[in-house]
Amino acid sequence: MTINMQKDGTTLTIALDGRLDTSTAPQLETALKENLAGVDALVLDMKGLDYLSSAGLRVILGAQKQMGRLGGLVIRNVNKLIMEVFEITGFSDILTIEQE
Amino acid sequence: MKEQTVAATVENLEKVTAFVEKQLEDLPCPLKTRMQVNIAIDELFGNIAHYAYCPEIGLVTIRVEILKNPLAVIITFIDSGMPYDPLAKADPDTTLSAEARHLGGLGIYMVKKSMDDIAYEYKEEKNILRIKKLLE
Repeated sequence: MTINMQKDGTTLTIALDGRLDTSTAPQLETALKENLAGVDALVLDMKGLDYLSSAGLRVILGAQKQMGRLGGLVIRNVNKLIMEVFEITGFSDILTIEQE
Repeated sequence: MKEQTVAATVENLEKVTAFVEKQLEDLPCPLKTRMQVNIAIDELFGNIAHYAYCPEIGLVTIRVEILKNPLAVIITFIDSGMPYDPLAKADPDTTLSAEARHLGGLGIYMVKKSMDDIAYEYKEEKNILRIKKLLE
């Protein structure tokens, strides 16, 4: 998985490419840990992401908790399979998902 | 039937996924199905890598069988770690708020929802976990 970060003021956009799974989720966790200071809007762009497993969900949930409920975390460009994963697990109810 | 035995470590997930993908590559199988199989491998192999032998490192065998009429794949994970039946756990509550979520059991729940069959047995001191997915 590759992680591309872009910071614009207090907005951090992270574009993910590849697979967010057991072996790669720690990379995202570290990137968040190191870069969330002073950020009030976090965007996870999943355009290039093939799929995610529960290890990825765990990191996303952590980010959601940290960014709070008020739309501090936005998930963008989710493919059909990832949307299904969010729906099966009930994550679609707790995340803010924006589709282009 | 093809099988591969590797050390049960997170680093080997990619190798195991590639091995199973190779067995499926010439089959008329939708991309979504392949990805669902990959997620299942991640969850099940990941569980074994994290917990089966902890803190030691043991071996896990991944066996892939292709069935015809209807076309399906059976993937079996065999390890000699401590006995653990992932199906014995109750399904997680997927209606809780983000704050109340703990995520335990979510991976196996996703596997149950996306595979057509899943079975566990403990035999001759081995955990044997089998998933079946129809490919068409």
